[in-house]
Amino acid sequence: MSLDAGRCPNGHLSCPPHPRCPECGEPQSETVDLADETATVVTWTTSYATPPGVREPNTLAIVEFEAYDVRLLGQVDGDVEIGDTVEATYTEELRDPEAGIREPASQAWDGYRFSPS
Amino acid sequence: MTDVAIIGASMTQFGERDGWVCDLLAEAATACLDDTGVRADALDHLYVSNMASGEFEGQTGVPNALAHDIGALGAYTQRVDQTSSSGGAGIYAAWQSIASGASDLTLLVGGEKMTHRTTGEATDVIASLTHPHEYKHGVTLPSFAGLTARAYLDQYDAPREALAEVAVKNHANGVDNPHAQFRKEINRETALDSPLVADPLRLYDFCPITDGSAALLFCPVDVAREYTDDYVRVAGVAGATDTHVVHERPDPTTMNGVVKSGERAFEQAGLSPEDVDVAELHDMFTILEFLQYEDLGFAEKGHAWEDAMDGTTARDGDLPINTSGGLKSKGHPLGASGVAQGYEIYKQLVGEAGDRQVDAEVGLACNVGGFGNCVTTAIFEVGA
Repeated sequence: MSLDAGRCPNGHLSCPPHPRCPECGEPQSETVDLADETATVVTWTTSYATPPGVREPNTLAIVEFEAYDVRLLGQVDGDVEIGDTVEATYTEELRDPEAGIREPASQAWDGYRFSPS
Repeated sequence: MTDVAIIGASMTQFGERDGWVCDLLAEAATACLDDTGVRADALDHLYVSNMASGEFEGQTGVPNALAHDIGALGAYTQRVDQTSSSGGAGIYAAWQSIASGASDLTLLVGGEKMTHRTTGEATDVIASLTHPHEYKHGVTLPSFAGLTARAYLDQYDAPREALAEVAVKNHANGVDNPHAQFRKEINRETALDSPLVADPLRLYDFCPITDGSAALLFCPVDVAREYTDDYVRVAGVAGATDTHVVHERPDPTTMNGVVKSGERAFEQAGLSPEDVDVAELHDMFTILEFLQYEDLGFAEKGHAWEDAMDGTTARDGDLPINTSGGLKSKGHPLGASGVAQGYEIYKQLVGEAGDRQVDAEVGLACNVGGFGNCVTTAIFEVGA
């Protein structure tokens, strides 16, 4: 499994990737795997009112990777504070694909949760 | 370009309504036409601001249904969807129709029917605007607000009480709005002790789920007096986008869509933030009132909370914000909200705001879609 960020020839990164670099408009010609990288918590919240098929409560954080200039949002296992170091763990199903409004076949449902290092 | 006037406005009762989306739209549309004494068959264009009638109700094609229901057959119709900024986008579209000369009389009606769905279902309909990466993690718009509020309080050393003050102020304003979903005062303790929804934000930091509709009638300024002595001029209106993926923004406490749409609207109007006497900001969450207040230039970054604490933004303050009660107490029927913001500013500028009346010649409305993903800002001034 991998946690891919897109990278353009000018070195700009985004995760998730986009067809064109949001910063300079060049195609994102390569990917960088962030799965084994540590990251720092930028901010977090715990949601106590979640939609159908989502765990409740659901703690989420925006993190910034330490080795790359790129941020990512993801579910969190455990307690975190701003500035904490976290690592990513693969999870097969982040929510129940059948319970929500989104067409289950239209997207992937696996991904990475963060937890304190 | 033709100078554009608003010559009529209406809004329905907001809250839990028996009617469905077409009923609510027809109610606001006919009230607005009656307010101005205009026959529906005189309309050139008829626009409907709506986010999700298909998802909420299984009813699509509502602009044509509305044209038939109100007797506007022959008019050109279109739906304007920009998620929760559909209403503001509708104001921009209606302005374009008159300014370009394509229409001499455009009725904009915004509406949404939501309350027949559970809170979870309604939250999911709104969350469906998110990127697949965000959606699979169970992100909701309220959780974006929690993430942002924590970053704001931490970054600017702002007290949690300041967010509660926004709720207290907007609830106090809503008491005097007969159309508001909630007409009750709350105190700071009630807000601070309410249940956690998206830590650090609590129940009273959030607007409710609402049914309702609002309408505005547009024509060229040079014929406005043929309809009414009391009209407002659209001095400037502009929209902008920010990232779809919220975490890709360099600073979670800055909404670049607000910054850009505000700059463009002020430039078109030839005005600056100091010229604004009253503003309706999109307080779907209390933290958003601070972000827009700063990103529109009413305060330096990180200082909006001070103006909330010292009464600057209260009805009797130097810059009253959300005299209508805001989304917080008035309610937030998605497609209606931006139009209802326009209704409030119109009423303030023509001196018909009753107990909510403030002294104002220039008013601003900022309507935010998604979590700042798309934004429209409109600036209105009293008709000459």
